[in-house]
Amino acid sequence: MNKQEFTISVYTENQIGLLNRIAIMFSRRKINVESLNVSPTEIEGISRFTIVINEAEDVVRKLARQIEKQIEVLKVYYNTNEEVIWQELALYKVPTDVISEKAKVERLLREYGAQAVVIRSDYTVFETVGHREEIDGLLEALAPYGLIEFVRSARVAIIKDSEGFHNKLKEFENREPSEAVIENEFLNKQSEVFTM
Amino acid sequence: METLDITKETTAEKPQPAKVSLSGSQAVLEALIAENVKTVFGYPGGAIMPIYDALYDYKDKLEHILVRHEQGGIHAAQGFARASGEVGVVFATSGPGATNLVTGIADAMIDSTPLVCITGQVFAHLLGTDAFQETDVINITTPVTKWNYQVTEASEIPSVLAKAFYIARSGRPGPVLVDITKNAQVEKFDYKGYIPCNHIRSYLPKPKVRKKFIAEAAKLINEAKKPFVLFGQGIILGEAEKEFQTFIEKAGLPSAFTIMGESAIPSDHPLNVGMLGMHGNYAPNVLTNECDVLIAIGMRFDDRVTGRLDKYAKQAKIIHLDIDPAEIDKNVKTTVPVWGDCKETLPLLTELINKTEHTAWLQRFRDLEQEEIKQVINEELNPSTEIMSMGEVIKVLNKLTNEDAIIVTDVGQHQMVACRYAKFKNSRSNITSGGLGTMGFGLPAAIGAKYGAPERTVVSISGDGGFQMTIQELGTIMQFGADVKILILNNQFLGMVRQWQELFNDRRYSFVNITSPDYITVAKGYGIAGKRIDKREDLESSLQEMLSYKGSYLLEVMVGKENNVFPMVPQGCSVSEIRLK
Repeated sequence: MNKQEFTISVYTENQIGLLNRIAIMFSRRKINVESLNVSPTEIEGISRFTIVINEAEDVVRKLARQIEKQIEVLKVYYNTNEEVIWQELALYKVPTDVISEKAKVERLLREYGAQAVVIRSDYTVFETVGHREEIDGLLEALAPYGLIEFVRSARVAIIKDSEGFHNKLKEFENREPSEAVIENEFLNKQSEVFTM
Repeated sequence: METLDITKETTAEKPQPAKVSLSGSQAVLEALIAENVKTVFGYPGGAIMPIYDALYDYKDKLEHILVRHEQGGIHAAQGFARASGEVGVVFATSGPGATNLVTGIADAMIDSTPLVCITGQVFAHLLGTDAFQETDVINITTPVTKWNYQVTEASEIPSVLAKAFYIARSGRPGPVLVDITKNAQVEKFDYKGYIPCNHIRSYLPKPKVRKKFIAEAAKLINEAKKPFVLFGQGIILGEAEKEFQTFIEKAGLPSAFTIMGESAIPSDHPLNVGMLGMHGNYAPNVLTNECDVLIAIGMRFDDRVTGRLDKYAKQAKIIHLDIDPAEIDKNVKTTVPVWGDCKETLPLLTELINKTEHTAWLQRFRDLEQEEIKQVINEELNPSTEIMSMGEVIKVLNKLTNEDAIIVTDVGQHQMVACRYAKFKNSRSNITSGGLGTMGFGLPAAIGAKYGAPERTVVSISGDGGFQMTIQELGTIMQFGADVKILILNNQFLGMVRQWQELFNDRRYSFVNITSPDYITVAKGYGIAGKRIDKREDLESSLQEMLSYKGSYLLEVMVGKENNVFPMVPQGCSVSEIRLK
């Protein structure tokens, strides 16, 4: 099966040790995590892991079920890039004299929509927000101009078809599971899995 | 169960909730009593001393069995859980005490055994300082526990233990570990009673049963010409033995068991066609690749059951009943998934299937069985050689125990032979380390099983290799008197590895030649009676002596050194390529 990029969104209780419990599910299967972000959600006390991996869908589905099985995990979604809106943020540190002297650099920064965060006499820090290709594009373009330091954040992603987690959580708090709470209800019915 | 005199502190008008000041350690023991725990296996040490100190005052309410090694303790708790259906409980201290539990936790995880492991931990302020006997047991056990949690404040204890017991026993059971720092054991807090847990919002123990899939499954079964049922431990864990029997009887479905599912229905049930897997019976393996509908119930398609996956039941439509959604499609692609507790799903399915028989199809199993009897079983049960076989020992044991004993096995050739030839009338009678294959499991698990089912005869069967791995638990028997019948089948080899070396490594016997101590003298040193035999004429009388002996008894039977277990599905082969010799 063909590997492709999947964004796995994991809704969890905020609990110490859960990061490890989730991380080892990937390492045990020798799956490289391309990007990992843990953040709060629209609901207090619920965390959201956003994990990007490059794998075949079959592997991702099984993995999602194993993650969802963990006691403190509420729900797992996995989506292809077409099904999410995502961003990454990057910081670039460039010598200030290079920018001030070379018009080409300035053009590059405009082209990639980079914003200056800090300007000092010795260096300037720019940021860009976007998809990896854009970020990497500027990284490559800046390399010949004495790029001092570069860092890129993990991906954060929002699922296009999601209505948020409020209603879902109410269902989870009921003792009797509703139809929608059932894991893997829509076996092999890819499109329906993402209705949330 | 109320065990404390809880005094009500009432103020002038408003009645306050009853409360009493308890230490964390007392709260641990109160929780166990509230969960109806009667027996705990354990071993004390520095970081769990406050709990043991509290235990001193609870001796009349909780039975504590002092084992000889923490691994023995956890295997005993497993044996207890498997025999009784209750949660097994084990205590260990921090550091080495906790790490010694790991093998048993992994074993319980893969075999879905409900356990609550309570470990002591260094003081909270010392966490992360490499303190004496500090290990990060939470992170060590994360991959092999259903859930684990570190308690650092006494007030957390009642709710955490309530959660622990709920998680361990509900849904697909499994081991839970609660690590309690020493300060939390010592601290006093306002105890407001114990509230059992029955809901965790992020945890769904049983998926909801969907009628649509039940109907689809019933349709497949009704249309099937050659249906075949595989059943695993899920039947036993779900206490669905009756429901299962009704189900297979209604449609006349031939049914084969995994070693974890063995004893869920009686061995001589007319629809029981034997054991699956690498050393299982001939017919169920071969006919897996001939059936048209394969109905897997509470089993997980382990590679020792399926052999080569891309040649496994490719012709069949697959119905998979399991409580754990992650098992569906994990190894074998399912045609119809039936999620849920089989206690609920089986009756729904039974209702929708037609009453029928599959006489000719069942006869295929019986015909192939005859082939296996002719080529393998006859010689194993009635050897032409002077030296005894493992199979004939089991045969005589069946006769003398009236097929009513709990058989606890270790791992290796004797395990396969025992699972193949032991006969069972009652559920929860075959206790073995299935998924993990833990040598050394047998003796301590048998001790635990005896506490879990005190009215039943418990026979521990081990090989000469595995027995030496946890031989120290004879000391536990010596001190606490568990009436365990210990049978050692001694072939003077690590037999299963030797068999593989013979068959696949040109008889290059690399470190499989293991020597044994004089087990009878060892047993004697522990105050346990024993006997060693190597002649067939002594077999029945000696087994009888062992079984009727008052108290534990060790019988060592010398068996053929280079006997092999057949049939066998060689690794990497399809189940239909099973070898009879």
